[in-house]
Amino acid sequence: MSFMKELTKGIIKENPIFVILLGMCPTLATSTSVNNAIGMGAAATFVLVCSNIIISLIKGVTPDKIRIPVYVVVIASFVSIVDMAMAAFVPDLHKSLGLFIPLIVVNCIILGRAEAFASKNNMLNSLADGIGMGLGFTLALVVVATFREILGNGTWAGIKVLPQSYNPMLMAILAPGAFITLGLLMALMNLLKERKQ
Amino acid sequence: MSTLGQIFVIAISAIFVQNFVLSRFLGLCPYLGVSKKMDSAFGMGMAVIFVMTLASAITYLINSYLLVPYNLEYLRTLAFILTIAALVQFVEMVIQKNAPALYKSLGVYLPLITTNCAVLGVAILNITPLADGSTYNFGLAILNGFFSGVGFTFVLLAMAGIRQRLELVDMPKSMHGFASGLILAGIMALAFYGFMGLKI
Repeated sequence: MSFMKELTKGIIKENPIFVILLGMCPTLATSTSVNNAIGMGAAATFVLVCSNIIISLIKGVTPDKIRIPVYVVVIASFVSIVDMAMAAFVPDLHKSLGLFIPLIVVNCIILGRAEAFASKNNMLNSLADGIGMGLGFTLALVVVATFREILGNGTWAGIKVLPQSYNPMLMAILAPGAFITLGLLMALMNLLKERKQ
Repeated sequence: MSTLGQIFVIAISAIFVQNFVLSRFLGLCPYLGVSKKMDSAFGMGMAVIFVMTLASAITYLINSYLLVPYNLEYLRTLAFILTIAALVQFVEMVIQKNAPALYKSLGVYLPLITTNCAVLGVAILNITPLADGSTYNFGLAILNGFFSGVGFTFVLLAMAGIRQRLELVDMPKSMHGFASGLILAGIMALAFYGFMGLKI
């Protein structure tokens, strides 16, 4: 069934981070801990699903020439909603994600899916695509954050997993650790792909 | 602090200490995407400096004369991104008309400046209170935009220079492209981390 196919493709086969290579900035910046990663993933998924639905609904009435500004306005509206909702209900998370909440609006994944998928498909498939891509994004964030939080802090989602004697490798949660972790994970993905062929 | 001193502090912190790419994680897509060749990296850098400086000025004015007086701060994201999109469109038309060769080599990345988070990032950072509670005034906001763009261009060019040499290196196939680019960025970030201790 096509609904299920659209839903599952974003998680592994067309994972936005590891395969399509979109949305690097939030991936590196908000993967310092698993909690941040899940928060960012949820916010981006919400925006992705809502904007995909709206854009697939208005695709017939949007003039081709001004479609990008129209998409940006739709996305920015949902980002503002998420921004205000998070400030009201989860102020701590909102504070630690900081600048990267309003920056969801320029996340290439969301505009990319609007242009490449939602503007050409019906509402139901766009909904599935949004959920799948959102989950894939969240999953990738959590994977990166898992490595960084365990190495850099000895915890996973705030739970202590390494013994007290472990000396945290602080570099992993700082900027250089983000680049190197993601780089190594990407090399690993490439290696697995090569082996498969 | 004297004005000149303030300008110096903004320049050093925007280029080195709080580099947009390596310590704030902003503008990574063009950083990894356009850093394969020196001349296209240079063109992209110039376009970003130009757009960031202009965007800083315009968004600052919009914020202080339109959004704040009418209590419309919640429309900030929307207003800023539309301003930036219009600006990029304008820059694109100017480059297309005056420098077709440059336009060709920048290709797909020019419209992508709109979705370059560095531009929206600097616009939002300009109006966010600093650590000591003060905010930038109009002149300093423009300078911050300009020097942040310079910082971006600086690491973009450094990256392009290293990558050109990396072409000749024999490395495992799985490390090609993004993977080696990211690890390279990590090592550069480590070097830039040394500037953190700078007391200014």
